[in-house]
Amino acid sequence: MDEGRALFLQIAESVEDSIVGGTLAEQERAPSTNELAAFYRINPATAAKGVNMLVEKGILYKRRGIGMFVAAGARAQLLAERRAAFAERFIAPLLAEARKLDLDADDLTALLREHAAAASTTIEGTSP
Amino acid sequence: MSPVIEVAHLTKRYRETVAVDDVSFVVEKDTIYGLLGRNGAGKTTIMSILTAQNFATSGEVRVFGESPYENAHVLSRMCFVRESQKYPDDATAAHALRIARLFYPNWDQDLADRLVEDFQLPLTRRIKKLSRGQLSAVGVIIGLASRAEITFFDEPYLGLDAVARQLFYDRLIADYSEHPRTIVLSSHLIDEVAALLGHVIVVDRGRVLLDESAEELRERATTVLGDTATVDRFLSGRDVIHRESLGRVTSATVLGALSPLERRELADAGLELAAVPLQQLVVRLTLHAADTETREVVR
Repeated sequence: MDEGRALFLQIAESVEDSIVGGTLAEQERAPSTNELAAFYRINPATAAKGVNMLVEKGILYKRRGIGMFVAAGARAQLLAERRAAFAERFIAPLLAEARKLDLDADDLTALLREHAAAASTTIEGTSP
Repeated sequence: MSPVIEVAHLTKRYRETVAVDDVSFVVEKDTIYGLLGRNGAGKTTIMSILTAQNFATSGEVRVFGESPYENAHVLSRMCFVRESQKYPDDATAAHALRIARLFYPNWDQDLADRLVEDFQLPLTRRIKKLSRGQLSAVGVIIGLASRAEITFFDEPYLGLDAVARQLFYDRLIADYSEHPRTIVLSSHLIDEVAALLGHVIVVDRGRVLLDESAEELRERATTVLGDTATVDRFLSGRDVIHRESLGRVTSATVLGALSPLERRELADAGLELAAVPLQQLVVRLTLHAADTETREVVR
């Protein structure tokens, strides 16, 4: 865990990451507050706050006596949210660093194309 | 939330020295508290008075709404794991655990057995012959297995290596999750326990310096780093608790939450922002308090 950021947000993000990444499927049981607390070695109240945030957002829902489950449509909702935040989270710092290095938008576009092409050939090359 | 401990204007004097100086705070039920501060700050004295092992000079202490002194009803619901617990000369660890089992109504023998195995505690050896780490393990096992409604751990890890400390934190979180209760943990190893804490009380030279929920604390201070002139412009009128420079770069820690707008403005001005880990915040606040006091005395 990153000491400097609100821990409950990091807990919520870790669950969201599993949903976005597909390791936690919709309608599947999500880790419980106590499991999260034990795994990340944090106060269970903090873990509960993170889980509650996801319930309020409609990402998780509670089944009485069984536990927390991933809601239908959760993945699509998270993808939309992350795409909306993408520019702020990734492009703004990218541009700030590029400015320091005297790289303009054209240089960046060229770099992006080059790397995207390299990444896709690697993936094609490794897939059976 | 209902408080299980209420402390009002607590003062403890030993002849010339004031160990605890007009301290007031409450402890909420089923929360893990960190009682942090330097050696001699008054942590152990406060915990001793709360558990009726020491007398207050003045002020009031209520535990479960009652005075703890000679109050068996209150004392049997509390467990105090002291840093330097004394045992009779010929006692073994097995004796200590058996006495604890008789004393604490919520004692869990299965848990105690498992912990003895975890910490590889030799039960039949006399406590006098145990290593410092094994002695600490006796206290940790009693503190956890007693499942008292309020448990005080006063620097419970002396002599425990990193593996055993991790074991303690893991077992504490796991058992607390299953059986929520009030825990007051006094520790110097702030980085190690920071994420376990729900609430933090920092004491310094007998006074409470800070009393806040752990989540609020994380947003309480920010470190800004960048060009000295730009940093100094930002610092004017703010509560600065630390400042250092390297060449033309200055790093400063300020108290007070920053709004998203302020954050963006600072980032646009080329300053780097970083949150302040709990350990650093405690160190800086404590040094800052000492510094402020010195200046007042000189004046």
